[in-house]
Amino acid sequence: MSAIQTLERASLSTATRESVNDFSITVATVNGSGSQTSNLTILRALFKMGLPVSGKNIFPSNIQGLPTWYTIRVSKDGFLARREEHEIVVAMNPASYLQDLQEVLPGGVFFYAEDIRLPLDRDDVTAYPMPVRQLVRESDAPSNLKDYIANMVYVGVLAQILGIDLEKIRQALDFHFKGKSRPVEMNYSVVRAAADWAAAHLEKRDPYRVEPMDATRGLIMADGNTAAALGAIYGGVHFVSWYPITPASSLAEALHEYLPKLRKDPQTGKNTFVLVQAEDELAAIGMAIGAGWSGLRAMTSTSGPGLSLMTEYAGLGYYAEVPLVVWDIQRVGPSTGLPTRTAQGDLTFVSFMGHGDTQHVILLPGSIEECFEFGWRAFDLAERLQTPVFVLSDLDLGMNHWMAEPFSYPDVPIDRGKVLWEDDLERLNGKWSRYLDVDGDGIPYRTVPGNRYPNAAYFARGTGHDEHANYSEEPEVWQRVLDRLRKKFETARTLVPSPIIDAQQGAEVGIISFGSTSPAIQEARHQLEAAGLKTDIMRIRALPFSKEVGEFIRSHPRNYVVEMNRDGQLHQLLTIDHPAHALQLRSLAYTDGLPLTARRVRQGILAGEGLDPSREIKETKKSRNDGGEAS
Amino acid sequence: MTVQNNATTPRVQVNLAGLSKSDYRGNPSTLCQGCGHNSIASQIIAACYELDIVPENVVKFSGIGCSSKSPFYFLNRSFGFNGLHGRMPSLATGAMFGDHTLRAIGVSGDGDTASIGLGQFKHVLRRNLPLVYIVENNGVYGLTKGQFSATAEQGLSLKSQGTNPYMPVDIAWEALVSNATFVARSFAGDPRQVKELIKAALNHQGIAVLDIISPCVTFNNQDEAMHSYAWGKEHEVALHELSYVPPAEDILVDYEEGEVKEVILHNKSAIILKKLERDYDPTNRAEAMRILEEANAKQWLITGLIYINTNQPALFDLYNLPDVALNRLPESRIRPAPETIQQVNDLMF
Repeated sequence: MSAIQTLERASLSTATRESVNDFSITVATVNGSGSQTSNLTILRALFKMGLPVSGKNIFPSNIQGLPTWYTIRVSKDGFLARREEHEIVVAMNPASYLQDLQEVLPGGVFFYAEDIRLPLDRDDVTAYPMPVRQLVRESDAPSNLKDYIANMVYVGVLAQILGIDLEKIRQALDFHFKGKSRPVEMNYSVVRAAADWAAAHLEKRDPYRVEPMDATRGLIMADGNTAAALGAIYGGVHFVSWYPITPASSLAEALHEYLPKLRKDPQTGKNTFVLVQAEDELAAIGMAIGAGWSGLRAMTSTSGPGLSLMTEYAGLGYYAEVPLVVWDIQRVGPSTGLPTRTAQGDLTFVSFMGHGDTQHVILLPGSIEECFEFGWRAFDLAERLQTPVFVLSDLDLGMNHWMAEPFSYPDVPIDRGKVLWEDDLERLNGKWSRYLDVDGDGIPYRTVPGNRYPNAAYFARGTGHDEHANYSEEPEVWQRVLDRLRKKFETARTLVPSPIIDAQQGAEVGIISFGSTSPAIQEARHQLEAAGLKTDIMRIRALPFSKEVGEFIRSHPRNYVVEMNRDGQLHQLLTIDHPAHALQLRSLAYTDGLPLTARRVRQGILAGEGLDPSREIKETKKSRNDGGEAS
Repeated sequence: MTVQNNATTPRVQVNLAGLSKSDYRGNPSTLCQGCGHNSIASQIIAACYELDIVPENVVKFSGIGCSSKSPFYFLNRSFGFNGLHGRMPSLATGAMFGDHTLRAIGVSGDGDTASIGLGQFKHVLRRNLPLVYIVENNGVYGLTKGQFSATAEQGLSLKSQGTNPYMPVDIAWEALVSNATFVARSFAGDPRQVKELIKAALNHQGIAVLDIISPCVTFNNQDEAMHSYAWGKEHEVALHELSYVPPAEDILVDYEEGEVKEVILHNKSAIILKKLERDYDPTNRAEAMRILEEANAKQWLITGLIYINTNQPALFDLYNLPDVALNRLPESRIRPAPETIQQVNDLMF
């Protein structure tokens, strides 16, 4: 069959099987060429059209020059996990052109910059050339900006061919450039010219298009790092010390952006916050430990290599009982690993981070809403429990744009925990001891510097100490303090967020997960159901595990623990906690640096169930309302 | 421990804060008899007593090592934090933001500062944190039983360690090149100078590095060793005779012209420097570097105020902080108002 015949057949099938609001686009560009603006513009325009949409940046560890990809998924059914297949590919980068062409699904669409001049050896795709060089040349943009606006060409061509509303694109540009008319006009004129060119020169021969919907009304679009920063600000964060590291830097940068706007005292104009860029992660956590000890809501944010450096102070924080919040935006390890790719590989490390007997409280946000909520709640927990609280997000959740419900104002007052001030000590006639378990919950009382009551002060240390904070090497004292810390950890079990469970189907198979894999698991669950396998799901949101976790495991003969790491770290921790039910836990761990896909979950579970992993999946249809999780 | 207010008891002398010397006491030292560190702890107590500082207004910090135990031996009524090896500067930086009206004293050693903590030492200088940073410098690791430290002189021979093959780190020099705003060197065998320097340091706007040679009587006090009492006594060259004068007191000028130099601090107190053998201007950084070079070449133990810069803002001055301590702000001042959440959501697109 000739190429022409194949193309004809493809376009024939187009007529019969149109695909509206349901496809993935991958845009291949050169890193540092300004393509992020173009990609976000498309994403935002689709969102403004009311379409459920997600965008994921698959980028290199490089400032300029290496290939980079951006994937956009449009799903009228609200399935927004990454897909391994792309119906539409936009090739702007000669270096990855041949690979990009191979990535297009049969019957898919290939947009390419026509000046690339490499062979177009696929006859099962619809190919559209884009005269990028010509349109840039004709633009009146200043010459130093011409390279950047080149990426607006594909925005215009895609808009024309797929039916993206140009007015929404304009709104997206307006937002991106904060209403500055010159860059908006310059970029929009290229989009417009490209759309006009496409209207005049390209005949639509593919089945993919978008139509306005009403599925995003009232929603916001945000990245998890911004959400976390805002959550921390509403949590009353006083003190932030940090050191730049991908993919955590944008969290601290969001704090730098929003703290001056939200936390300048309206009466005095004074700052109620402190931001310090430290010399390294040793100092970043050291400062935060100091601040937490002195009664400030203190935090730092980092990623794997930074965590390794923070280990010594994390152990001190646990033993000296200092409140502190550490955000870990996970990337791929071990070692420097893949700095710009996502993973969930720090779970066991953080659980026991520190030498000797150390156990940490960990929060596991799985959505933009939870990044915000845990942003403030982490401080309440850290101060209530007087211990470092780690929040494990990841690159996908932290740096990519996700649709979300608007942030909601904290529904409980700030909890500063058991802090004694002068009047408290007066009431107690000065009778208090720093490490005494007065309430039976393992949590002692503390004072902070600046308290002028004559015996408020104590000497904090990482060395052995007794209930009165005096140095001690007594065997019984050491044992007693460590036992109390374990008791405190048991108290934490009752205070941390419980898992999100959707077990309405009473299935035999449970799917257990945490964090950003939620959309892939939701989608896989629908596909499994379509394939005849009912499942219940549980998304764990914190360590130590609350009692609901054990109940879920016990009530499912087979639980698949899905996570993005090699060793099945959540599976390991669940097994430690529930040894009697270890045989009910099966690890489905996988990591390659890319966000999890539904296919991988589906195939893994089908294989585990002894079913054919390639079993045909019926078209999964669902109403928008059942896309979310039951809570 | 109660505030001493029984001023009618004739035998107990009190200062202007109404406190007796025992109010500044610490726990009994567990360091070796004759350790230089104990003498420095006594001078910290004396300086705070004489300055009428209320102990509750001081926060103590240290890292790890013999030196870092010593905050337990002074000012029991002050908060203290014995942190991690070489990480005292970061701990103190964060902690002092809790209540920036307090004063900070950090005690470190040559291992803690010049080896494992050299990075944090340099960076706390850049930030000019108001902190009296005392390095109790003895050239050896005491707690781990006598290994060479980074300040040990090249060629130093120690029992069971052999001969030190490496060149030393000079803490005063490191401080100077890193833009420290107050650099002094002293000798535990010269308690009066130590005390006056601590007083001046407590009133300096920013970080004050006191590199105090503090002999280790157990591992490094042989007469020919450069961190010993004998060597210090033999080789000490004081740059000046130094006194601290609080702001309220008039400075009595009964010296001859050119006999004294006066450095006025930000709170209008003064450091009076009486000339000894040579003219020395501690506000001249180039001269400070030159004198350290000369001291090194001539094997002098230069002591006194090597350098001071009173023009650099302290760390807290850079942060536009409220007058009230950050750790006392009520919820209404740290959680943005409910109506702001809508404005924030409008930005999320």
